[in-house]
Amino acid sequence: MYDKYLIVGEEFKNVVEGSKVTGFQFGLRLPYYRGVVCSLVGRTKLTVDGESIPWEAMTVTIGGKTIKMAELENEPEHKWEFGNIGIVKVEKPGGLKPGGHRLQLEQEMKISYVPGGFWGHDEKVLNLVG
Amino acid sequence: MSQKHNIKRGVSLYSFQEEFFLRKMTLEDIIATTQKLGIPGFEIIGDQMIPNYPYISDDFVKQWHGWMDKYERTPVCLDMFLDWNKYKGRVMTDDERLESVSKDIVNANKLGCTVIRMIHDVQPELLEKLEPSARKYNVKLALEIHAPSYYDSPHEQRLIELFRRVQSPYLCFTLDMGVFTKKIPRVATERFVREGMKREIAEYIAKGYNTGTLPSSHELGKPNTALNDKILAMGGRKEDIFWAMMGSHGIFGDPSLLKEYIPHTSHIHGKCYEIMVPEYREYSIPYEDIVPLLIEGGYSGYIDTEYEGNRWIQDAFEVDSTEQVRRHQVMLKQLLGEE
Repeated sequence: MYDKYLIVGEEFKNVVEGSKVTGFQFGLRLPYYRGVVCSLVGRTKLTVDGESIPWEAMTVTIGGKTIKMAELENEPEHKWEFGNIGIVKVEKPGGLKPGGHRLQLEQEMKISYVPGGFWGHDEKVLNLVG
Repeated sequence: MSQKHNIKRGVSLYSFQEEFFLRKMTLEDIIATTQKLGIPGFEIIGDQMIPNYPYISDDFVKQWHGWMDKYERTPVCLDMFLDWNKYKGRVMTDDERLESVSKDIVNANKLGCTVIRMIHDVQPELLEKLEPSARKYNVKLALEIHAPSYYDSPHEQRLIELFRRVQSPYLCFTLDMGVFTKKIPRVATERFVREGMKREIAEYIAKGYNTGTLPSSHELGKPNTALNDKILAMGGRKEDIFWAMMGSHGIFGDPSLLKEYIPHTSHIHGKCYEIMVPEYREYSIPYEDIVPLLIEGGYSGYIDTEYEGNRWIQDAFEVDSTEQVRRHQVMLKQLLGEE
């Protein structure tokens, strides 16, 4: 559910720290109908132009806190509210080139009453302004 | 038509999730809409629309009661979840589960709700332990029966044994009307095709569901392998299996069981996927057959509209939750003899 809303293109840009481009970012919504504590947010599988991005290279800023995505499982109290957009930053020295990029995303949700959890899927071509 | 009954109409704000998710409507807008639509009661999912649930702030509680006065609404039910898997590498202990639901009971009371929709995977032992707290805070714990389970499923039968033994009005069921899904929702089969399923497979699934002839093993949380094999044999893809599973896990339970179990049923979710006009009938669920049985059986709680068609159409259409809720309420009014 909500699949087509998962990747939020308005937040898509390169990340500049100091004088260096250290990566890029985009917005992420969760494919679920309620807010959950972050430990119920499972894996994020992302490819950009066909290249897989390691889970470990992503952080998310949600509810005023920045957390490595691979460490969300350690957050049983911090809430990702329903419909809120997390800002995902991907470490990638030099960032992405200006122009169109295809983002493919699969987001796992670990919901107790759904055995094995479930995944949401989204795919968008976004334009990165240089 | 004006047979005497005490059934009340309400709406679960779950119905408006699409507009809330997209920030097209605020919680206050939605409450105001329930007033405009003339729906007396309503239900809320804490985790969906209440900031930082279950830690409800005093400011929120104050604002909430302000809205109830301003819009003259009655909160009826709070929907809870038990995230027993939220701690890394282990499940919640019994004490943690008790504490989690106890918080929901206090929250329901703070919000003025007299029913909690309990998620179906709460165990009878926990419910029994919570009874004194439910009594203290005057909140009924109504465990949800949701397709593919029904009154005659094993977990529900264990609960009925508990209800009969404990004899407390605070332990009971919420019945989701999705248990009377006689036809597969049309919005679902149309989505199958938009997702690339061959039309003949979508039609096979619809016909099989509607006539009760799908090769299947309806068991909660278990894959329907017989149907999967058939879909593949018809040239379907693995994506088609996913969509078929999502769309066909409804059931049409035996309505004659209502009579026996209505006394244990304090709350109803008026599930709907698509209300057709001008006839004001749900495409899949024959409310016109079920509501008379609820009246006859002496059901005296709320029927809360729960629109769930949004997830089937949101890929291609703008969702208009308010219109679907309005239509469902027109239907309920007709069937309850209010007009």
